[in-house]
Amino acid sequence: MSTPLIVFRMKLEVLVMPKRTVLDPQGVAVRNAVRELGLENVETVRVGKIIEIEFSAEPDEKKLNEICRDLLSNEVIEDYRVVGTTTSFP
Amino acid sequence: MKIAVVRFPGSNCDQDCLRALQDGLEVDAEYLWHKETSAAGYDAIVLPGGFSYGDYLRCGAIAAFSPVMRAIIEAANHGTPVFGVCNGFQVLCETGLLGGALIRNRSLLFLCQPVVLKIENNSTPFTRLLNEKSLLRMPIAHGEGAFYADGSTLAELEDNGQVVFRYVDEHGEATSEANPNGSMNNIAGICNPAGNVVGMMPHPDRSWDRRLGSEDGLQLFKSLVETLLSVAA
Repeated sequence: MSTPLIVFRMKLEVLVMPKRTVLDPQGVAVRNAVRELGLENVETVRVGKIIEIEFSAEPDEKKLNEICRDLLSNEVIEDYRVVGTTTSFP
Repeated sequence: MKIAVVRFPGSNCDQDCLRALQDGLEVDAEYLWHKETSAAGYDAIVLPGGFSYGDYLRCGAIAAFSPVMRAIIEAANHGTPVFGVCNGFQVLCETGLLGGALIRNRSLLFLCQPVVLKIENNSTPFTRLLNEKSLLRMPIAHGEGAFYADGSTLAELEDNGQVVFRYVDEHGEATSEANPNGSMNNIAGICNPAGNVVGMMPHPDRSWDRRLGSEDGLQLFKSLVETLLSVAA
């Protein structure tokens, strides 16, 4: 009889968005397309990115924040948020 | 005298930079692979254009954490001249050696066209042979070349004379029409406070020989070589 394998997995989503003070020409282009497609009351669109990361054990929080600040985002032009924390034991 | 041209996976102007140095100026120059952990033995370092590491995440973001950059940051902090062209400029901003960031061109277009630049600071190792306010012609080729900095960083750059190159018209005026990509204050290139680290979006490596349409870019590499010779003397 084999012992069931328990794998600890932690999934984080890092949400990176351009700062509101930074011109986002991509967002402007998408907004114009949304307007063209019939949603005339669209105000602003901003395009960011989601980076999904899975860990096999809980990551060091300080290190994680350093990596989010220095690698995954650029604090000159972007803000980040760590969201969607889920833990599963498949 | 030996000058390094860094090669990241995805660099594509490495040969242009090496040729400008070797053929344009007959200087000893060689490639430096991104995995190297030392930049010892080089009198100056050139970070070429291209799409380092595919420009994934942001332009230059992953290259900024490559082993060779750790060594280059240390060399730069000890005064070694470091020159970032196009993607090289983006890498230097990502490392924090230079302030600000390069974001998507305002037009969203990848721009490949000649521009006119005005020399705003001729005391860097790369501009010392040029007269202040003199004009240079060379091409740009980028999708993310709009210089951005927050208000205080921008004021600091301007007040300290760290703006080295500005996009101007034929009369030397920094008009909005002469600004190809939406860069703040028409900034095309900057230096660090010490002046030994310079980054620029336009390509001197594509304008070092008359056959390329302009040889104005050679002046920048020649300035570097003169600087190194005068240090050695």
